Amino acid sequence: MAEALSPRGTIEIVSVTKRFGDTVAVDSINLKIPAGSYCCLLGPSGCGKTTTLRMIAGHERVSEGDVIFGNQNVTDLPPTRRGTAMMFQSYALFPHLDCTENVAFSLKMRGAKKEERVKRARELLDMVDMEPYARRLPSQLSGGQQQRVALARALITNPDVLLLDEPLSALDPFLRTRMRAELKRLQKELGISFVHVTHSQEEAMALADLVVIMNEGRIEQAGPARTVFNRPRTPFVARFIGGHNVLSGIVEGRTDDAVVLKGANGVRFLVDAETVRQGDRVSFSVRCDRVAVAREGTGAASHPYDNFNRVRGVMRSVEYQGSWVRLGMESPDSDDFVMAVNEAAYFADPIAVGERVNASWGAGEAHILADQ
Amino acid sequence: MKPFARFSPGDATSYVQVAPLAVIFALFLVVPIATIIVVSFWDYDEFRILPDFIWDNYLYLLTSKVTLATYVNTVKYAALVWALTFSIGFTVAYFLAFHVRTQTWQIVLFVLCTIPFWTSNIIRMISWIPFLGRNGLLNSTLVHLGVVDEPLEFLLFSDFAVVLAFVHLYTLFMVVPIFNSMMRIDRSLIEAAVDAGASGWQVIRNVILPLTKPGIGIGSIFVVTLVMGDFITVRLMSGGQSSSVGIAMSNEIALLQYPAAAANAVVLLIVVLLMVAAMLRVVDVRKEL
Repeated sequence: MAEALSPRGTIEIVSVTKRFGDTVAVDSINLKIPAGSYCCLLGPSGCGKTTTLRMIAGHERVSEGDVIFGNQNVTDLPPTRRGTAMMFQSYALFPHLDCTENVAFSLKMRGAKKEERVKRARELLDMVDMEPYARRLPSQLSGGQQQRVALARALITNPDVLLLDEPLSALDPFLRTRMRAELKRLQKELGISFVHVTHSQEEAMALADLVVIMNEGRIEQAGPARTVFNRPRTPFVARFIGGHNVLSGIVEGRTDDAVVLKGANGVRFLVDAETVRQGDRVSFSVRCDRVAVAREGTGAASHPYDNFNRVRGVMRSVEYQGSWVRLGMESPDSDDFVMAVNEAAYFADPIAVGERVNASWGAGEAHILADQ
Repeated sequence: MKPFARFSPGDATSYVQVAPLAVIFALFLVVPIATIIVVSFWDYDEFRILPDFIWDNYLYLLTSKVTLATYVNTVKYAALVWALTFSIGFTVAYFLAFHVRTQTWQIVLFVLCTIPFWTSNIIRMISWIPFLGRNGLLNSTLVHLGVVDEPLEFLLFSDFAVVLAFVHLYTLFMVVPIFNSMMRIDRSLIEAAVDAGASGWQVIRNVILPLTKPGIGIGSIFVVTLVMGDFITVRLMSGGQSSSVGIAMSNEIALLQYPAAAANAVVLLIVVLLMVAAMLRVVDVRKEL
């Protein structure tokens, strides 16, 4: 019965810390990745995401804490005995071996017979559509092809967990989107867990069932992509995931279901209720695409939140993005308050740089952020 | 009038540009070898060398049993020395490249390897004599400790001494190119191999060794050509009891039989070139250049 509760492929990281000399790369993190899920470790460079992945793989020793797979504590096991396979950032294909030999490498190490491992390697190459290139050397392949071979090599041992270290970063943007879809399809088909390290929030949101945002060796937030995007927990997450404005104010009082904050120049904000004390300075986030923008002195009177949830400022930038327009405003509350406006709506009545504008949002669009 | 005429340096300019290297090659490579080839067809008696075109030097050389014996002996030295320098060189380079963590220590240990090269070859060889001799340091220590009753005779003026001296002289020629090859191996390849379940030996056998081949090839060319052409080490360390192609030539020169020595040199050159060609067939050295 215990097997059923924690099936193979579940990864649990318990108070794991990694130190390199005096520097703490990963600071006592806890994380549970359910079996068969696509998990993205997301963060800026140096946030500890790759170190975490390498500790899961067993290529890096854990300084403190435990790594548990299913019911087994694998903290001190070597990489091969963990049932994981890793796909390296630069693919790390063996330059002296052709695609078949590269894919069959781990079978060779296990002493499998030549016909058997060639047969199996061809099957895997076929799965990633690389069968016609079976006899080529890695140097004769494009980046995308090398990646497919690396994928086949990692999957030949039927791992419970596939670990991917920035697998798409070496590809051009077009190929990246295509390979992304293919990774997701493969993960669904195989039904195993993928743990994917990336610094691209776009990639993480497109792929992950579980997005884990890391910063300075800690996990800032872990959850489904939509939750992370709609309810960023900290200012860091809100800024890193993009599409949010981070503002702050001082707690003035509360209504039935919201807290009233006082911003710069006497502006008031209503944010969703949390346990905050009177007089505290708190941060909150507002999604850029949930903000309405209007010229100063127009359309304001009819707005139900005339004196609330409103930021006044001067338009500083207008960037055309295709389906939407990115407007930047300088205001006392924020140096760069960003508004994402529908392209058609903007060009119906374009606001020029230098005009005085105000940005407002409805009730329930502002969410309070934790300090840490 | 050519409307699309572009600036192009005349043919003469290109010739001038390649001239210095061509002159150096001509003077120091083509002329000497041509001279040796020409002289190898000359006649000689006890006092003179006589310009001529005869095949006698080659006929004598290629039919003599002594030639075969000297070649067998020289190739034996080359094979033994190659095997030993390769084993030691690979091990040392592997240790330096993969087990010494910091670059500072790598440099320190590397310089340590080169220190013997600060003295001349002859001095390095001769310094073995008081160590290995009948009443040398090693023998007296062994007798003193009671390990052996009689001093060991094979230590000096023997094939053992010759091979030992060669290995001492030439191991670094193996270490340097192999180390260089190893430093170019992407460390993530080792991790990928470990991830695929390779043991320490399997990593060496399946990843490091094949990727170090160009370095091994370059080192092997150095060692084999140096040993094949040597005469002083064999003479000094064997006490004149062993022969080599080099010694045969040196003897002929001492007897003023220059044409015979020249013929011997041409044959040796061909043999060594064939050996190098064989090594290059096995290993693609160009990757390293």
